[in-house]
Amino acid sequence: MKFIIAIVQPHRLDAVREALQDIHVDGLTVTEVRGYGRQRGHKEIYRGAEYSIAFVPKLKIEVAVPSERADEVVAAIQGAARTGKVGDGKVFVLDLLAALRVRTGETDVDAL
Amino acid sequence: MIDGADSAWLMMSTVLVLLMTLPALGFFYAGLVQAKNVLSVFIQCVAIAGMVSLLWFALGYSLAFSGRGDWLGDFGAVFLGPLTRAMVHPGSHVPESVFVMFQMTFAIITPALIIGAYVERIRFSAVLLFSALWLLIVYAPVTHWIWGGGWLAQRGVLDFAGGIVVHVTAGVSALVVAWLLGPRKGFPESIHPPHAPWMVMVGASLLWVGWFGFNAGSAIAAGADAGMTMLATHLAAATATAVWIAIEWIKYGKPSLVGAVTGTIAGLATITPASGYVGPTAAVALGLAGGVICYGAVILVKRRFGIDDSLDVLGVHGVGGATGTLLLPFLVSFGPGGLPAALNGGAGHQFAMQALGVVTVAVWSAAASYAILKLVGLTVGLRVTRDEEIQGLDYASHGETAYHVGS
Repeated sequence: MKFIIAIVQPHRLDAVREALQDIHVDGLTVTEVRGYGRQRGHKEIYRGAEYSIAFVPKLKIEVAVPSERADEVVAAIQGAARTGKVGDGKVFVLDLLAALRVRTGETDVDAL
Repeated sequence: MIDGADSAWLMMSTVLVLLMTLPALGFFYAGLVQAKNVLSVFIQCVAIAGMVSLLWFALGYSLAFSGRGDWLGDFGAVFLGPLTRAMVHPGSHVPESVFVMFQMTFAIITPALIIGAYVERIRFSAVLLFSALWLLIVYAPVTHWIWGGGWLAQRGVLDFAGGIVVHVTAGVSALVVAWLLGPRKGFPESIHPPHAPWMVMVGASLLWVGWFGFNAGSAIAAGADAGMTMLATHLAAATATAVWIAIEWIKYGKPSLVGAVTGTIAGLATITPASGYVGPTAAVALGLAGGVICYGAVILVKRRFGIDDSLDVLGVHGVGGATGTLLLPFLVSFGPGGLPAALNGGAGHQFAMQALGVVTVAVWSAAASYAILKLVGLTVGLRVTRDEEIQGLDYASHGETAYHVGS
């Protein structure tokens, strides 16, 4: 099993959700996060003074999938999240050791 | 004799001016600070409102409006001693009780304006002690000088609704306070941006509405003067709003909400001293001048002087109030609806008197604020600790938090 963490632009969330639904990924978790990468934050101007916003808002999407589906899911996320501008985010793929569905007690792939 | 219409309008105006502090100024300032200091700004507004009301009742009103002294009122109206139910305010048709209350709301908002200079780092006890002394040492005497028959009134200085009495006193004192207190941690490079620009807009809009009571209420009568004052006030605010939008649009490519509503307040501060003496065309001119000049002043104070007058009290209020005061003599005859008869001597002589008023009040405000703040520093202390500043005043000073995420 793989655990996929995608950091994306907030306004791409709906597109990512639709792309994952289209390939029948039936669950995901979203968190509002802040961070910076090559985008290095941005500037905002209030009353003529420049403020550096070091941490810009992003969304963190987490999905757990069977190992053989990981590439397909990563591709779907990239396809939906990409705008081509700096700040589009990153996708990380981790090995997932175990999973449990709380209601039924099913484990691992059955629990995804 | 008491007139029902005049009394009703002045009571309504009193409500509007109190609204300017509670909650308008609170929203205007709280939106500009970090999320961890929101409640500290609101409690500073509320505490000043309560404390100043009692001081005004006990002593402030008497020092400002009782007696015929050149420099200060007397103790004749301490605890509003002579006040009766039927007493009519001299020269008007409104009850004395309403005039006392109307003026009380001005006494409340003026020290509250100074909050903008010391947010995010001052001790709460310092806010209280400073505001109390400032009310009695700066606000009450200056009010007497200009509105209570004192030495500037005798020289014909015109200040319809508080360009000098409210905005110059608060603006200049704010600069001194900000300078003595020192800047917020990280000023100027790594200061945090306004946490809620929408809240700034809500506050500024309520201030705009409340200002009709502030300016048109200062006619102390519901009639022709109040009507024209309201029109002039609105047009100046609208013009200065447009000016700030235009400046930012040209300069940065994007007009900002915080900029637009800051322009509103700059326009309102600028028209205040002139609002009862000019017509609509002159009001637009004052909005233009105030918008442009205050924009420059805000940048000058923060960048050139390097003083952390955090929410631009001098740049917006002080400079706006002074601009309107000084331009007034030249605009009373500009376009229809003005009141040239209000001038004492020609425009040149009136301008000299206006300048005398602005300069002497600015000097007194600065000197007295300096002394008061030194005293406050020696007694209760001025700043919270560095750790408390980082933690935020909401929790560090007041034990509560504005935003509880996830509950």
